[in-house]
Amino acid sequence: MKAIEIQGLEKIYSVGFWRKQPKCALKPLHLDVEDGEVFGFLGPNGAGKTTTLKLLMGLMYPTAGSARILGMEINDPRMKAQIGFLPEQPYFYDYLTARELLDYYGRLSGVAIRELPQRIATVLDRVGLSSAANVQLRKFSKGMLQRAGIAQAILHDPKVVFLDEPMSGLDPMGRREVRDLMVQLKHEGKTVFFSTHILSDAEALCDRVAVLHQGELRGVGTVTDLTAKTQGKVEILWQGVQLPAGLKALGIAGKISGSTARAEIQDSQLDAALDALRSERCRLISVNPVRGTLEEYFLEQMNTPGAPSAKSVSQKGASA
Amino acid sequence: MNSRIAAIASNTFREAVRDRVLYNLIGFAVLMAGASILVGQISVDIEKLVVVNLGLTVVSLFGVVIAIFIGIGLVSKEIDKRTLYTVLSRPVQRWEFILGKFFGLAGTLAVNTACMAAGVFLSLLYVAHHLEKSDSSILVAVYFIVLQFVMVTALALLFSSFSSPLLSAVFAFALFVIGSFSADLRGFAAMSKGAAHWLTTGVAYLVPNFAALNVIASVAHGEPVPGRLILANTAYALFYAGMALCGAVLIFERRNLK
Repeated sequence: MKAIEIQGLEKIYSVGFWRKQPKCALKPLHLDVEDGEVFGFLGPNGAGKTTTLKLLMGLMYPTAGSARILGMEINDPRMKAQIGFLPEQPYFYDYLTARELLDYYGRLSGVAIRELPQRIATVLDRVGLSSAANVQLRKFSKGMLQRAGIAQAILHDPKVVFLDEPMSGLDPMGRREVRDLMVQLKHEGKTVFFSTHILSDAEALCDRVAVLHQGELRGVGTVTDLTAKTQGKVEILWQGVQLPAGLKALGIAGKISGSTARAEIQDSQLDAALDALRSERCRLISVNPVRGTLEEYFLEQMNTPGAPSAKSVSQKGASA
Repeated sequence: MNSRIAAIASNTFREAVRDRVLYNLIGFAVLMAGASILVGQISVDIEKLVVVNLGLTVVSLFGVVIAIFIGIGLVSKEIDKRTLYTVLSRPVQRWEFILGKFFGLAGTLAVNTACMAAGVFLSLLYVAHHLEKSDSSILVAVYFIVLQFVMVTALALLFSSFSSPLLSAVFAFALFVIGSFSADLRGFAAMSKGAAHWLTTGVAYLVPNFAALNVIASVAHGEPVPGRLILANTAYALFYAGMALCGAVLIFERRNLK
């Protein structure tokens, strides 16, 4: 079963006081997230990530399109009992202690009252806030608030967890802990959908990522697939002590290291290069796409206006 | 009341109880009630009248100020601080949130009023040295004050569901003042003619009739409050608050939380 199905979700705001102008925050978005996936939602500030999350949480109403989470409509209370949400830069009731905050959210989520104390203690321990359980949130640091936010998102043992910029405001240790927590959630079989603009986090954690820019989906797929597409190059490795004349004729320069030779060529040259190696009876060892980084892919998408090629990537990825 | 509404109400109550502004206001109200003893002592033969009049007026005014100043932030503060996001992403319906907030603040005001009314009775005991059976009608006046608070809370919540705290405060306070003079407005409507008659009659019935809920003067004079008035005022206040809450829910249900 798909954990999240988004079909043509679109949001257009009216801006201005007297003469209202439409402003498209999210162009029709088609996206599926599989059960048990860690899915990264990438994009620069103002790309439409938070708008998408707010639409999925029922905090905003879409102009068009629909979405289903765990097979249920987004305003279905049964579905909401099975999801957890951490908003961006969360602010909580600062007159409450961490324990009281979790007790409140537990009751709202329908956790049985007799189970709550144990559940709260476990979650506080998990996010490293046990020693601050009885401290009012107004005395918490930004990092501690973020942990409290994660605690409330996972308190009721949800099947799908939505995290909006979960690493924001955290020091390197805190980021590491949140990353570990996300890996644990994945091992527990939960689906994690998180937005971020910290690409290294997405690269390290995600099964798949989607890139959003100016409200438009520019690409979706595994990090490996997306980064392979950035280069359009392949690396060939063969046994040999010199560069075959056929390759030289194609303008390909290679490097010899002992009895192994290596060359980086354009995709379009691959057939001709392989023919040249075969004709000179060279033993082929491997052909691999040259991988770029997620950052390279991301920047490429940001610099591509309209990105028609990326649209096809997104359609392929979305249906994958 | 379902468990989610109860949880939101109890959290609203806790927020109000832990708010320093509330204690400042209550402290000031206690000071004013204490002052009524002083004024009562220098008012020969009408000590009781002065203590009841002044004491209950202070309870009413401070309660309204608390209702407005906490009520106007009930929804807008949760939106501004984004605490609402984590509430509405749970199995909580928007109407449940509005009702929870309403019951939480109305409960807070009821407890406050009970404490301040106890202060009025103590002042009365101090000045008159004993309580009479007719003094029980003071409880009816206190009950009517609570009904006023219920209406003001619902109105503050209605304004808070679509406008800024400042505008909500202005709207709610203006309605309270107009509503306190609603008897005059109805009198003016009865005297006017033509389109002005229909307009003023409409406005007179639309604004909350707080004047009908003010029996402080008659109670201070030891006059009993008829049972029929208690029933009518209860029905009116609950109906009016219910309508205001329905409006708040209808508006809030459509809001996009940006």
